Amino acid sequence: MTFLKINNLSVDYQMRKETVYAAKNVNIEVNKGEILGLVGESGSGKSTVGNAIINLIDEPGKVSSGSVILGDLNIHENSESIVKYRGNKIGLIFQDPQTSLNPILTVGEQLIETIQTHLKLSKEEAKNKSINLLKEVGIKDAETRFDNYPHQFSGGMRQRVVISLALCCEPELLIADEPTTALDVSIQSQILELIKKLTKERNLAVILITHDMGVIAETADRVAVMKSGNLVEIGDTKKILTKPQENYTKSLVSSVPPTNKKISRFVIVEKENSDKKENNIKILNRWTKKVIIDQDLVQIKNLSKSFDDNFFTESSKNSVMAVNDVSFDIKEGESFGLVGESGSGKSTIAKMIVNLFKPTSGDIFFDKVCITKIKQRFELMKFRKQIQMIFQDPYSSLNGRLKVKDIIAEPITLHKPSISNIDLNNYIYDLLESVELTQKSADRYPHEFSGGQRQRISIARALATQPRLLVCDEPTSALDVSIQAQILNLLKDLQEQLNLTILFISHDLPVVRQMCDRIGVLKDGKLCEVSKTEDLFLKPGHEYTRELLRLMPKIESIYK
Amino acid sequence: MVGEETSDEERAELRETLGLMDPIHVQFSRFIVNASKGEFGISYQLRRPVSELIVERLPATIELVVISALIALITGTLLGVYTGINRKGFLSDFVLAVSLLGVSLPTFVIGILFIYLFAVILGILPSFGRGEVVDLGFWTTGFLTVSGLKAIILPSVTLSLFQMTYIIRLVRAEMMEILQTDYIKFARARGISENSIKYKHALKNGLIPVITIAGINIGTLIAFSIITETVFQWPGMGFLFIQAVQFVDIPIMSAYLVFIAFVFVMINFIVDILYYLIDPRIRVKGDAASG
Repeated sequence: MTFLKINNLSVDYQMRKETVYAAKNVNIEVNKGEILGLVGESGSGKSTVGNAIINLIDEPGKVSSGSVILGDLNIHENSESIVKYRGNKIGLIFQDPQTSLNPILTVGEQLIETIQTHLKLSKEEAKNKSINLLKEVGIKDAETRFDNYPHQFSGGMRQRVVISLALCCEPELLIADEPTTALDVSIQSQILELIKKLTKERNLAVILITHDMGVIAETADRVAVMKSGNLVEIGDTKKILTKPQENYTKSLVSSVPPTNKKISRFVIVEKENSDKKENNIKILNRWTKKVIIDQDLVQIKNLSKSFDDNFFTESSKNSVMAVNDVSFDIKEGESFGLVGESGSGKSTIAKMIVNLFKPTSGDIFFDKVCITKIKQRFELMKFRKQIQMIFQDPYSSLNGRLKVKDIIAEPITLHKPSISNIDLNNYIYDLLESVELTQKSADRYPHEFSGGQRQRISIARALATQPRLLVCDEPTSALDVSIQAQILNLLKDLQEQLNLTILFISHDLPVVRQMCDRIGVLKDGKLCEVSKTEDLFLKPGHEYTRELLRLMPKIESIYK
Repeated sequence: MVGEETSDEERAELRETLGLMDPIHVQFSRFIVNASKGEFGISYQLRRPVSELIVERLPATIELVVISALIALITGTLLGVYTGINRKGFLSDFVLAVSLLGVSLPTFVIGILFIYLFAVILGILPSFGRGEVVDLGFWTTGFLTVSGLKAIILPSVTLSLFQMTYIIRLVRAEMMEILQTDYIKFARARGISENSIKYKHALKNGLIPVITIAGINIGTLIAFSIITETVFQWPGMGFLFIQAVQFVDIPIMSAYLVFIAFVFVMINFIVDILYYLIDPRIRVKGDAASG
């Protein structure tokens, strides 16, 4: 039976000049005991719909029309009445467990206050109920943990506390807004299992808002796809993911990196520019031609890095081994993937290779020279030129006060001060075109670009010194899937034509499978195994790799 | 210390007894040794031990500073919370406009304006002095007499104005920022009442930076009190200091400065402890990763 009914819901933001529709005439129905997935890319209005149900839209936005019927109650009758259903009938979970709990109140205080707001219980009863709830969401030692502050819980545990808070007054509808996006894959699967279990046990209606198609495939019963405030398609998860009707859904599904096979390129349905192949050749002319020899470009030997907790204590028990005795090689022209969960030391290795960190012990050889032992600055510069890095966050890795052309010119003039202005400009234009940006972009500032375009600028900047090794640290994890597909295609093309060697760091196994020839798996600073991509996915050698593969959300699971 | 008719021999003798003929490093180490014992010598002007003078003047300044700090903290926080929650509205705009005046007008101008308004035109409050004081033996207080209470109003308000406006703006900015955070949004989503959200969840978090600033500011209040005490002829340490500067009375000046430095260090120490008590994130840094 239909439990939640959203009719013609519209949310608009009244701006000075115009009205922006964050959601327009959305119709959604959810049944009890069912998980409805709400997917879309950033700006699609999926979170807006979730927040609009309980009328929690940030100023100046407001629900301009439509009704929300919960059971037989019209909860949007007036803006005041909704307040009493919050927490009581409807629970909400937010994306980031680090920020959704009040840091200076204990978990218990927050639970008791919420319970006492809605249920007529004494403090003692509320406490007992809270402890049972904490147990139900899988927190051990609930009696003692009850008095802990949020910062004493790890990310996954904190999300469990958030869930217990959302469920503490027995709501019938749960809205989960990207509940696992900030979590590691192993924690993610635990939290999703918990949500599935609670849905069944409590006969909840659940709206799961996410951008991750794998999560949808594994958890949702039905899916609603949104794009720029409009509902594109709604239906059975299997039907939507396997036989999408609308073009947008088709392109969204095809941009998701498959987990079960390696494809040569991502299919971009929406726009296909035919002449970009020619553009790429432009910077090829400037590239010093390298004969491909089958040899190692990077050799990493017994690399370790420890961060001392305390400057004054020298005892080793206080130091955290971020990287612990790691050795591997990267062949010239190869894509090498490093995967691992947060804290596994993958970014630390990247930073040591580009010489931003000094290793505690061990050596890094680049083209048979040990770069960790170089003392002179000018000697090091020769290697810095050949190793470039692309960072995760395209918003903070570009200097907002510089024009794009100055951003790209900086590494060029640093390594080749004698370059003439005309040469420099032409080179910048060529670089921009090779990352599929127009020449006009050169005179603009980074904030005028979208996330994907900024990441293209980062790539152009990295290519400016004609590097042999490109270190990509989670280059697409801040981007939407369709943009991710474009950037990954671009990196593949560039690598092929320029014979780049790529060290690709990611937590996202499907992406790594598409990008890399060989993969190294890291756990707690130690390298578990290194093997060819297909071998790793088909016959994983290490227990941890098997675990990761098992837990990774698979869009293909829908076929089972 | 010496008059017109003092003979050269007497002057030389005095220099000798005061130790002014010794080399600088000897004088300085003697100063350090004595200062550590709380002895700052004898005032050149008043011919009395400096420590005695300081103790005598201390109550006036402490009472003034404590009252000002309370005014600044309480009104500042209240108005800051009000303007932070009701961002639009006549009263908020008015408070912010006035607070701008408080930040930009120098203390002595405000003091003189107050004297003109309340003492000269309205004639309801005294323009100078501490009024009648009661001697408790170790402490002289103006709190126990009507004239003493009346006398402290103008100087303490004048002194607190700058700090108050500062705290208003700080609390307002903090409240506005915290009301936008995820945990406030999550509290709303759980149906927690607006009052609890504003005054329990948001305010508690918002006060953490206020404690740091307030601690530093109490030190500043003592330092600023020099001006206020001069304007209102308040018989405190600041007034003593200004007089000492005019007479180049070095023992008083050095004692005063050492005292101020000591107060600053103590206040910061207390603030650090308070911080530790209030913010649980600092309290249990050691086992943050558990679970």
